[in-house]
Amino acid sequence: MITKEEVQHIAQLARIRINEKEVEKLQQDISGILDYFAVLKDADTSKVEATTHSIILENISREDVAHPGSPALLQKLVDMFPAVRDGLLRVKAIFSSR
Amino acid sequence: MNLDLSIKNIADGLVGKLFSAKELTKEFLDAAKKKDKDIHAFLNFTEDIALNQAEKIDEKIAQGEKLGALAGVPCSVKDAILVEGAPCTAGSKILERYVAPYDATVVKKIKEAGAIIIGKTNMDEFGMGGSTENSAFGPTKNPHDLTRVSGGSGGGSTASVAAEECVIGLGEDTGGSIRLPSSFCGVVGLKPTYGAVSRYGVIALASSLDQVGPVAKTVEDAEILFNVIRGKDELDSTSVEYEIQDTKYKIQDLRIGIPKEYFSKGLDPDVEKVIRDAIKKLENAGAKIQEIELPHTKYALAAYYIINTSEASANLARYDGIRYGLSLQGGSSLLDTYLDARGEGLGQEVKRRIILGTYALSAGYYEAYYNKAQKVRTLLKQDFEKAFEKVDVIVGPVSPFLPFTIGERITDPLQMYLVDIYTVPVNLAGLPALSVPAGKVGNLPVGLHMIAPAFEEQRLFETGKLFEKL
Repeated sequence: MITKEEVQHIAQLARIRINEKEVEKLQQDISGILDYFAVLKDADTSKVEATTHSIILENISREDVAHPGSPALLQKLVDMFPAVRDGLLRVKAIFSSR
Repeated sequence: MNLDLSIKNIADGLVGKLFSAKELTKEFLDAAKKKDKDIHAFLNFTEDIALNQAEKIDEKIAQGEKLGALAGVPCSVKDAILVEGAPCTAGSKILERYVAPYDATVVKKIKEAGAIIIGKTNMDEFGMGGSTENSAFGPTKNPHDLTRVSGGSGGGSTASVAAEECVIGLGEDTGGSIRLPSSFCGVVGLKPTYGAVSRYGVIALASSLDQVGPVAKTVEDAEILFNVIRGKDELDSTSVEYEIQDTKYKIQDLRIGIPKEYFSKGLDPDVEKVIRDAIKKLENAGAKIQEIELPHTKYALAAYYIINTSEASANLARYDGIRYGLSLQGGSSLLDTYLDARGEGLGQEVKRRIILGTYALSAGYYEAYYNKAQKVRTLLKQDFEKAFEKVDVIVGPVSPFLPFTIGERITDPLQMYLVDIYTVPVNLAGLPALSVPAGKVGNLPVGLHMIAPAFEEQRLFETGKLFEKL
């Protein structure tokens, strides 16, 4: 069974704030699902490689040239910014000041 | 006006001047708005986009210009697919105010073919669910019984087509999100081969599994829509172009495989009877039926949910409250901005999957979960490859259950995941699969699942059309 501390720790890593009630429910649900995942232990995978992509594709490459979007599209994207200063996206300080 | 129309009926009606594209669009919009008070298939209607497009079609007709394959056809679009100028929420509060800045490639293609997009359809949040009960905006009811779910995640698209609120719909299938609700709503739905359709402009859930596909009332309409949207797209490096085999199948030549694992414990006897009867019909018409084995089926659901949650945890990291969507800047640090937006904006199932996926990908667990699941995926793929040496099409149930009542399975996530038991192996192997209405139990529809080798959509369409006539 996964512990409450582990749930809190992973939620923090995943950048999700969860309250005490959510922690309890998540602890139960995730433990149940992880128990279910244990069925895979019975599968003999000693002779197979992992499939990362179901349909075999060759490497895809293209000329390294820029394809600029339209200024109108750019403006739409900028208009969606929640906080702007001088036309630039504004975020809270990344480093704390001493 | 009778709204039980096919794509061909509409083409004939427009050319024969039985109605204009604008008249037809208004009829469908009016009907959809009325019916949707009960059904809630749509999250919003795109009336302006629809009427503009209809006027363009009418203009083309007046000028005697050639019309596209979908000219004047009312179409719904799952809310995970971007339509320029329309809100696109993926059923989530975190994107409640997000307006799509551009068209997805599939939307561009259906617009060029003349389709009339009448609205965006409801879904489980980010495609996570089998009933639309995980939509932040309330569930879509099943048009055949309003106390029951429409299936998910794309219950809105299938309900909109089943209720004749539109004629066709664009859906998206990661583990059954087109086929399951198609089965529950009694319509036709195709999950194409992985890579057959561009995903540019589609909100990603699990990138190695997601695929856009058509929803329609008939196999023929699904085929027409598929042929409009498929093909390579420079903007999606996983998309592929391939020849469609123009083969007509005779039912006498069809070899149909019935996987015994798809008829084991857990299958509702009423559903089983409808499926067995459907197989009998195919056999009586001359198809050769044989039992086959897909021995690793019992591992599919676990492998699927590890891969789904792992890839989702990475894909959904982009909803961080910084560049778009819900943003809460009341906290004291940048970390608070992330925690607050995601804590407030994401629903319970989404949080559960992101946390589960983060756990499965974390150091020390990667081998036991993600890598193991990817290896099991190879075993499942090999099962199908072996089976297709003996048969042309694999047939079985889409869902082990009938459409269940709203609230019945929502409290226990594992109970909900079991709904996907027959659909997820197909996504893991990247194969195309079709759900076709097979019959009913009372008034509740049951879909027949047809699976073909990669790139063999045409085989499914031909088999589906043969079956519809039986």
